[in-house]
Amino acid sequence: MRAPGESFPAAAHHELANPQLRANLANATTTIRTKRARVVEELPDWQALRDAGSAIKADVMANLDTYLLEFEAALTAAGATVHWARDGAEACAVVAQVARAHGAQEVVKVKSLATDEIELNRSLAQEGIHALETDFAELILQLDGDWSSHILVPAIHRNRTEIRDLFRRTIAPGIESDEPAVLAEAARLHLRERFLEAKVGVSGANFGVARTGTLCVVESEGNGRMCTTLPPVLVTIIGIEKLVPTLADLEVFLQLLPRSATGERMNPYTSLWTGVSDGDGPQELHVVLLDNGRTRVLADEIGRQALHCIRCSACLNVCPVYSRTGGHAYGSVYPGPIGAILTPQLIGIENAPSLPFASSLCGACYEVCPVKIDIPRVLLHLRARAVDTVGGRGERSAMRAAAWVFARGSRLRAAQRLGRIAQRLLLSGGVIRRLPPPLSAWTRTRDLRPLAPRGFVEERGERE
Amino acid sequence: MRIGLFATCVADAMFPAAARATATLLERLGHQVVVPREQGCCGQMHINAGHPHDARALAQRFIRTYGEFDAVVSPSSSCVGAIRDLYPNVLGLEAEVLSRTLELSEFLVHRLGVEDVGARFPHRVTYHPTCHSLRVARVGDAPLRLLRSVRELELLELPQATECCGFGGTFSIKNAETSSAILLDKCAAVQRSGAEFCAALDGSCLLQIGGGLSRAGSAVRTIHLAEILVSR
Repeated sequence: MRAPGESFPAAAHHELANPQLRANLANATTTIRTKRARVVEELPDWQALRDAGSAIKADVMANLDTYLLEFEAALTAAGATVHWARDGAEACAVVAQVARAHGAQEVVKVKSLATDEIELNRSLAQEGIHALETDFAELILQLDGDWSSHILVPAIHRNRTEIRDLFRRTIAPGIESDEPAVLAEAARLHLRERFLEAKVGVSGANFGVARTGTLCVVESEGNGRMCTTLPPVLVTIIGIEKLVPTLADLEVFLQLLPRSATGERMNPYTSLWTGVSDGDGPQELHVVLLDNGRTRVLADEIGRQALHCIRCSACLNVCPVYSRTGGHAYGSVYPGPIGAILTPQLIGIENAPSLPFASSLCGACYEVCPVKIDIPRVLLHLRARAVDTVGGRGERSAMRAAAWVFARGSRLRAAQRLGRIAQRLLLSGGVIRRLPPPLSAWTRTRDLRPLAPRGFVEERGERE
Repeated sequence: MRIGLFATCVADAMFPAAARATATLLERLGHQVVVPREQGCCGQMHINAGHPHDARALAQRFIRTYGEFDAVVSPSSSCVGAIRDLYPNVLGLEAEVLSRTLELSEFLVHRLGVEDVGARFPHRVTYHPTCHSLRVARVGDAPLRLLRSVRELELLELPQATECCGFGGTFSIKNAETSSAILLDKCAAVQRSGAEFCAALDGSCLLQIGGGLSRAGSAVRTIHLAEILVSR
């Protein structure tokens, strides 16, 4: 995990040194990537769906104030209690208060990035309340005191043998096999009683429907369905950007999301609920509308498209950087390309200035994004902001000098001539094997092709 | 056609043979090629590194230098992508010449409709489609069409071809270890292809892949697409 204040390159250094992690990641990302490509190809209207998803999200962002009030009114009319939370502390306080009111010492949780973002579990623990993760991967991480490294597959950095050994130490002492079904059964036995006893469930939401106040969670395991239906009380924390105008709009996203996320045509469980219903499901529903930096992102004309994200993680799986370093190097619950543009905006560019530079700008993320977030464009925007905010004077002077040289053919030709003289000291066997810092970073792993004896423009350039 | 050749700073200094080949190819097709002496850098590095203000003067110079040509052709999709995409979208600069600026392979195939340039290159070649050629300049399969028409050239498939080589401009320095980890896999794929040459149409990516192969002591050589197309 990236330590506070540690830069991406420094954090990546540790992760890259772990060959098991590299192998686990390469395996997993390649598998999901291939599955995604296959199910996306079978839809002839995929590009139109992406356009629709993008347009719906743009409309929601442009009219968020109206949609939020509509959502609140619909929820209230359906019997829910709505709480507005400016930040994580306010949101966590609501959950603690509800749990205390019902004498709950444990709450059961659906996998939720919003609750990870606000560190709900830690906050509840301080109040003496245990938050039990019920998603298989989240449970693994919780048992091991580990952190998520992927938006959708939080334990992607662990393989099944590591998981079997962890279970043997914790919830299933006698377990021998590392077969997925055996591991899942161990988790199921561990969780079942806790579901039945829980007084309070906590969830996030993939979508909130403004018109009806309906909440939607999509998942693969069924634990989410249990958390949102078994306990008599449910608290749902939803980022304010997660709204869609009407139920009909879900038609677009419920096609885009599973295909982009797990490479499935449809996800196994899609739960929708609207307020409370007599004798069916939770009889008390609290909905927390979480800002936590989102309105600040919304104010940035170029950066705001990061709020369109539906957390599918397709961009992680195709990213050459993510698939080598893994998620921990990003030091945020939002890793990968989307994290590189979302995290610095949510917590302030000055607190994560290296993240927008953690990309080769290959553009693979933009190509797969189901809601067409132009991640490379936002990266460039945030790089400029990082330079303006915390940029070093050395780099700024070097860049300005380079621009001065590059601006005129005559200056560029003079610089080339100087370079050719300087490189005589560095050449060995026709290439440059060692350069002084900061360019030594290049030659540690790569040779450098030297400047040619004569430049092309010098050879046949004409005055216009 | 009167064509302005934009060599790019990387090709000008490090791959002059690619720029020369570009000029020769266009002249063989009967066009007049002008190489303005005042050309510099397109400014992509400055934009990508977070210094768009410094790039502005470079972009304006490009527009002034090349404004009068029927077309501008360059042996780099990355620089052409920067000119067509980043000038208007990041710098807010619009000019007619931007849409007339084309990478060599797209100029030949899409603009002129030429796939066979009469080349002969008796070698095993694999082709690395660079990220910006695919996703920014969007040259499509133009380079492959050209390569398939080259006599005696054996085109070998590159495993995981569309994956980045890890260059990324200043990324290769600022995140050198990650860049190198990506490169390692690309070099392994090039090696597995069984080719003698790894071709691409961007000098910057050739710098990265060539640097990796050379350090690994590989016998595979990198080559710019234009150099193959000009061979007879």
